[in-house]
Amino acid sequence: MTRQLLTGNGAAAWAARLAKVDYVPAFPITPQTEIIETLSAWFDNGEIPGRMTTLESEQSMITAAGAAAITGVRVFTATSSQGLLYGMEMLYTVAGWRAPFVMINVSRGLSAPLTLEPDHNDILAARDSGFLQIHCATCQEVLDSTLIAYRLAEHEKVRLPVIVNQDGFYLSFTREPVEIPDPALAARFVGQFDPENTQLRASAPTSQAVAVLGGSPYSYFRYELHLAAQQALDVYDEVAAEFAEQFGRDYSAIESYRIDDAEFAFVMMGCFATKAKEAVDRLRDIGWRIGLVRPRLLRPFPEQALHDALADKKAIAIIDQNISMGKGGVLHTEVASALYGAKAAPLLTSYIGGLGGRDISQEELFEIANQLKQAVEKGSAPPPRLLYTAGELREMRKLQAIAHVERQELKLGEESDNDQGEGND
Amino acid sequence: MTETAFRRMKDLPSTRLLGTGTPMCAGCGGLLALHEIYDILGEKTVFINAAGCMTLLSVYPFTPFRGSWLYTSMASAPAGAQGVRDALDILLEQKRISADEDLQTVVLTGDGSAYGMGLSATSGAIDRNLDFLYICYDNEGYGNTGQQFSEATPHAAKTSTSSGPRGFPGFKKDLFDIWAANRPAYVATVIGTEPLDLARKIEKAKNMKGPRLIIALAPCPTGWDYDPKETVEIGKLAVKTGVWPLKEYIDGKVVHTKIPRQRKPVEEYLQKQGRFAHLFKPERNEKLLAEIQQRIDVYWEGISNE
Repeated sequence: MTRQLLTGNGAAAWAARLAKVDYVPAFPITPQTEIIETLSAWFDNGEIPGRMTTLESEQSMITAAGAAAITGVRVFTATSSQGLLYGMEMLYTVAGWRAPFVMINVSRGLSAPLTLEPDHNDILAARDSGFLQIHCATCQEVLDSTLIAYRLAEHEKVRLPVIVNQDGFYLSFTREPVEIPDPALAARFVGQFDPENTQLRASAPTSQAVAVLGGSPYSYFRYELHLAAQQALDVYDEVAAEFAEQFGRDYSAIESYRIDDAEFAFVMMGCFATKAKEAVDRLRDIGWRIGLVRPRLLRPFPEQALHDALADKKAIAIIDQNISMGKGGVLHTEVASALYGAKAAPLLTSYIGGLGGRDISQEELFEIANQLKQAVEKGSAPPPRLLYTAGELREMRKLQAIAHVERQELKLGEESDNDQGEGND
Repeated sequence: MTETAFRRMKDLPSTRLLGTGTPMCAGCGGLLALHEIYDILGEKTVFINAAGCMTLLSVYPFTPFRGSWLYTSMASAPAGAQGVRDALDILLEQKRISADEDLQTVVLTGDGSAYGMGLSATSGAIDRNLDFLYICYDNEGYGNTGQQFSEATPHAAKTSTSSGPRGFPGFKKDLFDIWAANRPAYVATVIGTEPLDLARKIEKAKNMKGPRLIIALAPCPTGWDYDPKETVEIGKLAVKTGVWPLKEYIDGKVVHTKIPRQRKPVEEYLQKQGRFAHLFKPERNEKLLAEIQQRIDVYWEGISNE
């Protein structure tokens, strides 16, 4: 075991190395690229065996990843944002192949407008694809979750691809002290790749991913996929427990922070949850009974665990770093479904924040806590809020004013050009 | 020509490796070519398929292939071949499988994927010098969805999205030249109705490494609108009129393998197909017919003396 300063991207690359992946189909995209650059250097120097192939698109990359996995090797790949969406057809497809491999997604907001900075709309677009999803909040967690993800993907009761998600910039480019497990111990934990019955060999011809006719066989295979994903819940708990025993770091399906005696709770995914932890500490200092719940697993959805952690609270603020247009926060609806029907269910409040890398400040979190308290006093939840400060709006108005002035100038310039043109005729 | 096991018709394999009873249409020129190709490639193959008519060859729980099969998507079959090839190479290099477990990686798509949606993935595979054989059955339209025009549709053909009096206004894309310009190992055109020429080319391609393309013109009774029994005759006319030049790109050169010495007028080919009926009825479109004939004549100028 060694301790190093690693970015989230560096941690992901190290995890692939420790998992002894055979094959890395790749395609660069910000903010993921450092992962494949790191692995590429290791392959080129002969530090690790196996092969990396740069495809010409993410759709091809995910096709190659799935195809290699069902041919019988351990596969790792990584993408982000537009790339994830470009490969979306194949996300659904290779999950249907039951191709067990691991992909890192470095979360980044989606176009339009185009941005490089993070939010969770990219990864949530893959929510129903059949890929399992583990969401990370620290660089250490990226490394450890990736090792756990291989066990999960390759487990005989699961056999599904897994996405390990980390936030762009905040994790991908931020150095944190990361413990790199001893390679022999990590290799023993992950184990050897077992292709089971999905492999391509001359002596054992097989047809994979064939078409079906009619809804009955289609439904059968789709239900099987769903049931396998549900079975992954127990498998995850087993594997995470084993990881905790061997490496001393606990990654239960939901992270609960100062939640047991809490009346109020924040619920968030990803690394911004660490900001809410800080707010929880400050509020606790002044006598609040408040905590935080952070789902690590989004698929399979740890419904019971969320219910158990949250059902007895008075009010909960679900802070979504994503937005479903015309509906609101995706995590909000997911958590609501887990709590529906609970006796004396808590009031749920919904906040959208952190889109495209926008910060969520401590003051905002304190204000959210205040609104929770007021909601309990009034006995009803306020309408969903889109976090945006007066200061931000003022800055936005300035940008709009500049855009307006520039456009006017362009128009005036054209008019005077035309006037001159006419004069010359 | 290099040595071949196929000197005359009776040298062709008499076995039929590809199973029968598939859902392809009666008289499918693509299936005819695939039968002949599969007899030579054999069962140590994995066919990686993109969306098209032949996706329906393997419908759960049946397959006509004795070897393996993998359906991918419309755009990414060559990337599927990349993943399979890379994985097999890793397993072979690390001695996790023996050499006799290896498979020939074969991409099988229609013209919609080969000429259009899959061309980016194909280009990438050629750039990476992927060791694979690409078989395109070219029926000159999106056949599986009812013959809308594709990038492979010939000028003036009527399709379900070009049904006006002049038919398809565009021209058939030259996939052969696009491939050849990238200097792959091998490119060839074939047609099922010239089995000896086809067999020699598949034999050659089978024993090469690197990117290899076979484009099989696939006369299509439903898409081209003719009686299924005419498939062989139309296929032969495609060659005799010079519409479908049989050729190969090898060692940096293009060689025509069958030069029609006295080309028949293209009308004979066109007249047999409903998709060109508007060139003859209610009256002959002399201008368009001459235009089509001229384009063929220009192609063959200079080639006859190769």
